[in-house]
Amino acid sequence: MALRYRWRLAIAVPATVVAASLQVLIPRFLGKSVDEAQGFLAGGSPASAASAAETQAVLLTTALLLVVVATCRGLFTLLHNYQGEAIGQSIAYELRLAYYDKLQRLGFGFHDQVHSGDLIARGMLDIEGVRSFIDQGVLRVIVLVLLLAIGSSRLLSMDFTLGLLALSFVPFVGWRATVARLLLRRTWLKLQKRMSLLTRVMEENLGGIRVVRAFMAQDHEMKKFDTASDAARKLADRRIGIRFRNTSMMTLAYFLAMALVLWVGGLKVLGGVISVGQLTEFLAFMAILQAPVRQVGMIVNAIARASTSGGRLFEILDLEPTIQEKPGAPSLENTAGMLTFEHVDFGYGEGAQARQVLFDISFTVGRGQTLGIVGPPGSGKSTILQLIPRYYDVTGGRITIDGRDIREVTLESLRRAAVVVQQDPFLFTAAIENNVAYGDPWADRYRIAGATEAAQLHRYIEQMPMGYQSLVGERGVSLSGGQRQRLTIARSVLLSPAIIAFDDSTASVDAATEQRIRAAMGERSQAQTTVIVAHRLSSLMHANEILFLDEGKIIERGDHASLLAQRGRYYDLYRLQMSGAEVAVDPPAAYGAKVS
Amino acid sequence: MTAVQDAVGRPPRAVVGSEIDVDERIFGAAFDGQVVRRFAAFVRPYAKRLTLAMAAVLVFTLTQLAIPLIIREAIDGALLADAPSRSLLAVLTLGFVAVVAVNFAANYLQLTIVGRAAEHVLFDMRRAMYAHLQRVSLSFMDKTQVGRLMSRLQGDVNALQEFLETSVFAIGDLVLLVGIVTVLLVLDWKLGLLTLSVVPALFAVRIVWLPRARKAFLRARETSSLVNGALAESINGVRTVQGMSREGVNFQLFNDRAFENLQSHLRASRFAQIMVPTVDTLTGAAMGIVVIVGGNLVLNGSLDLGVMVAFMFYIQRFFDPIRSLTMQYSVMQRAMASGQRVFEVLDVPVDIRDKPGARALTDADGSVEFRDVTFGYAAGQPVLKNVSFRVESGETVALVGPTGSGKTSTMSLVHRFYDVWSGSVRVGGEDVRDVSQDSLGRTVSMVLQEPFLFSGTVLENIRYRETDASRETVEQAARTVGAHGFIMRLPKGYDAILEQRASNLSLGQRQLLSFARAIVADAKILVLDEATASIDSYTERQIQRALKHLLKGRTALVIAHRLATIRGADRIIVLRDGEVAETGNHKSLLAENGLYARLYAMNYASFDDMTKDDLNGSR
Ligand SMILES: Nc1ncnc2c1ncn2[C@@H]1O[C@H](COP(=O)(O)OP(=O)(O)OP(=O)(O)O)[C@@H](O)[C@H]1O
Ligand SMILES: Nc1ncnc2c1ncn2[C@@H]1O[C@H](COP(=O)(O)OP(=O)(O)OP(=O)(O)O)[C@@H](O)[C@H]1O
Ligand SMILES: [Mg+2]
Repeated sequence: MALRYRWRLAIAVPATVVAASLQVLIPRFLGKSVDEAQGFLAGGSPASAASAAETQAVLLTTALLLVVVATCRGLFTLLHNYQGEAIGQSIAYELRLAYYDKLQRLGFGFHDQVHSGDLIARGMLDIEGVRSFIDQGVLRVIVLVLLLAIGSSRLLSMDFTLGLLALSFVPFVGWRATVARLLLRRTWLKLQKRMSLLTRVMEENLGGIRVVRAFMAQDHEMKKFDTASDAARKLADRRIGIRFRNTSMMTLAYFLAMALVLWVGGLKVLGGVISVGQLTEFLAFMAILQAPVRQVGMIVNAIARASTSGGRLFEILDLEPTIQEKPGAPSLENTAGMLTFEHVDFGYGEGAQARQVLFDISFTVGRGQTLGIVGPPGSGKSTILQLIPRYYDVTGGRITIDGRDIREVTLESLRRAAVVVQQDPFLFTAAIENNVAYGDPWADRYRIAGATEAAQLHRYIEQMPMGYQSLVGERGVSLSGGQRQRLTIARSVLLSPAIIAFDDSTASVDAATEQRIRAAMGERSQAQTTVIVAHRLSSLMHANEILFLDEGKIIERGDHASLLAQRGRYYDLYRLQMSGAEVAVDPPAAYGAKVS
Repeated sequence: MTAVQDAVGRPPRAVVGSEIDVDERIFGAAFDGQVVRRFAAFVRPYAKRLTLAMAAVLVFTLTQLAIPLIIREAIDGALLADAPSRSLLAVLTLGFVAVVAVNFAANYLQLTIVGRAAEHVLFDMRRAMYAHLQRVSLSFMDKTQVGRLMSRLQGDVNALQEFLETSVFAIGDLVLLVGIVTVLLVLDWKLGLLTLSVVPALFAVRIVWLPRARKAFLRARETSSLVNGALAESINGVRTVQGMSREGVNFQLFNDRAFENLQSHLRASRFAQIMVPTVDTLTGAAMGIVVIVGGNLVLNGSLDLGVMVAFMFYIQRFFDPIRSLTMQYSVMQRAMASGQRVFEVLDVPVDIRDKPGARALTDADGSVEFRDVTFGYAAGQPVLKNVSFRVESGETVALVGPTGSGKTSTMSLVHRFYDVWSGSVRVGGEDVRDVSQDSLGRTVSMVLQEPFLFSGTVLENIRYRETDASRETVEQAARTVGAHGFIMRLPKGYDAILEQRASNLSLGQRQLLSFARAIVADAKILVLDEATASIDSYTERQIQRALKHLLKGRTALVIAHRLATIRGADRIIVLRDGEVAETGNHKSLLAENGLYARLYAMNYASFDDMTKDDLNGSR
């Protein structure tokens, strides 16, 4: 990926080289000035004016050079730091886009299994981990290596043994760095998992805050939090121990090398092998290395974190959505809305843990017609609806629209043609208007009002102080349950899809309002294929065909009248709901088994 | 980067993630701006340890300072002295080693102590925020996006972590700075002053630079929060995104956000980096001064060469901390911005709290009374108007009415999720504002309209807070609501793991579990807010039968739209537009031929039977 930042690298790397070289020049000038002064002291009497002036001139040029070199070094450091950070930020930007895109395309099956808190933690903390690594890790490593390389060639050429001694700490630091990196990696891996868990605990708590309050379970929730938090904190403590133990050991090694240089170098000065100035240069060079040596710890930490963070990100980025379009699939246009299930089997999950939920479901429903589905909880009604826009793929049989297998057309066109009003409404924190126009953000005001009118919400919105600009919350908490459901209806109706499926979407709406919604929908439904799942029979008794589902199988079917005539489960249900108050219907055996 | 638009160039009615000003409207005012002072309160518990750490820092600094001095001594005393002395060099080297050893110990101590304390401070802050959020009123939580809060709980705390980690070094650096200045002045105050004369220049530059840089850094932090918020929102709403084919538009909008974030970070980085050459030039200048002036002094014989060398070392060390402090400046600024966002959360006022000396509601009866209650969520828009009714202990009372008429709001008041505007709500004869919230929570147990479940096992979910409830109790509750059958068919029965929000169960199944949870809580008053809305009438009937036994001696408040659900109720209260329209039992209400009778008729009318009259009416 970094290759894409060629030109930035092309600036950053040379800038790094220049900055590091200039950095090494500084001790040289310092050494030189010391030598000058000392040479003067050793050479002549302080009174000799000519040589004093000469020395002063040399000192002056040295000083000027120092300023120039330092400024240049600063400028080049600026370049490389900035480019480094720019590369880091740009990579983070691209990762973020890729991650976002991937998450939007991974199907329901994936999101069923992965906790959103975990995904958020990855997108928030792990991308940051990778970024800070590129920023703090990569280029600083280059600086360190360059400083070492340039400096050591200079030192070794000046005095080989002393040079070796000066660099003697490097292998030790390398060794500790490796050890620390491995240990830190392991700790980071665990820590990130813990942090994800903590995120999850907090996210669920905040999402379910009403439940927490209803049960006054704050203490219980704090306990959950503390368990997760303490586990994470222990790991954080361990991480700090590893990191700083090694950092201080590295610094110790560095200082010991300096002591060696002082001792051996001092002896050499005494023996006249090198000058005091050269010794100063040696020591000054080592002084320059102190900050980078301290940074090794930081770099190692960043590398360890980035490698695990990167792993966690690519775990997601490398996933392929299980719902794939065929290459070159045509789009589904001008559909007549003829929806057919042919012997459909389906189960959630894969392989061993797959549990079959639907068995041999077949039906056909065409434009202007309505299919009703009833059945006890968990019988598979919602599942049937999820299959229509291909949120999941069938495991047996096939689903066709206008005779064409839905796996043969593009997903986008399919999902524009078939819209499910989900049972569990999710609204976005945004203006009501934006929520209604969610599927078509360019819809004009009239279409928006038309949709909310059909959903019997227009009048309510109008009388809110901010009207269509009123903000609604994430799960729509500032609306009542029924208003929320009607908003999701409006949002789907706006799209005028060829096939529209309502998943129990008037459960929290009173009967009168529901009737009005249905009346309003009546005009539209001539041009639409409608599927209705409902528990209130009045919602679907007008359907052309009604399926009674139990445990994933169709056990009764027919229109309202014929179902009543069958005197089966549907008939019982009807009597229970519709007839006078005191009719006691004994449950069929199947129910008894389930309830008791 | 072009903005998202359609063929004719109109912008969409769409955003990803909410805007900043939303956040500011919600937080904002209460914040007192003194981040550092607030921060100190969190550091205080670690004062003892930190004192030790400070001692270590001092020792560490002294050793750091001693090192150039030893070198100076070695050069002046041992190498350049009239009689160069090998033994002195040996002694000094040994001294050097000793100092280095102490340096190591002190370094290790300061780093780990400060590092761990810093980490603990972060965990404490997160905990404080979280604990506070458990208490702030629901009206606040209603308005905040979970993703935005999470961004504060994790993103901002994380930004603080980076800061605290570097501050471990920064503290040492600062002490070192002071030490170096002292030593320079002691060594040779004239040269020292001259060298330090570059420092005011640094301050001058900073004064110009600071306000601009701060703005850039704050902006960077804000855009990060926006991006994270947008990401979180799209993750949480991913099913809707895919269902409405919004991937394309969202991606472009997100791209705009992310790109803005990138730009603002680059801008902040430019501000941070501009200080590097500045500091370097000043370092060069300071060294230049040492070379020229110091050199001349050496030439005059008024300065030892060793002192000049020591000066050079010190100056390099002197600017190191300044440089690293500058480099960390963006981190520090980010931390300040993050700290502010953390404290904003902590400053959200808690409106609903126990009165001092609030009584526990232990042996009160299960009656519920509304006396002339007026209540609303936004000022000037009452949702309930002068609502009065009384539910006797042991009674089952149904609340019906068109959608949005205020049924859920009424139930929320029983549990004191919100405080009434006027009038009073009494449970067990006591005003809910006079009793402790905890005891109120144990008296009233609720099945909420939205069946929220936590990830974890079925068992954990049903017994929820009653962690010591036995398996039998849980099973009994599950049987009562007719959930036992499907639970047993799950792969691990009661130990089956529920995914987030129990997405691997059907909505009806979730509702049953949430019902069972309320039963296990075993309270005197049971509130059922459309507890069986997603359940077929048959199963519902089973539940009602089983409940009959359970409800003996308990009060039940039931909301339902399917009137079949509530036919058995002792009394029915009909709400319309936030007012009590009718009360009575099923028969008397039918006889009254009012709203209830109409709703009831509607319940089994097919839609051909609709009359004009029915088409007008509710909100
Ligand atoms: N948290 C909130 N913040 C602001 N307004 C709210 C909030 N909750 C509900 N409202 C508003 O208060 C009014 C009454 O809502 P409530 O939820 O009590 O109705 P309801 O009778 O339960 O309706 P439904 O049958 O649709 O659930 C509605 O207009 C709704 O928009
Ligand atoms: N995402 C999922 N992963 C695994 N199992 C699931 C998932 N969604 C549903 N199930 C299981 O599939 C079965 C059918 O569920 P479905 O949601 O279709 O029921 P339903 O008929 O719509 O019920 P309800 O009336 O409660 O909405 C249930 O047993 C449920 O536990
Ligand atoms: Mg369902």
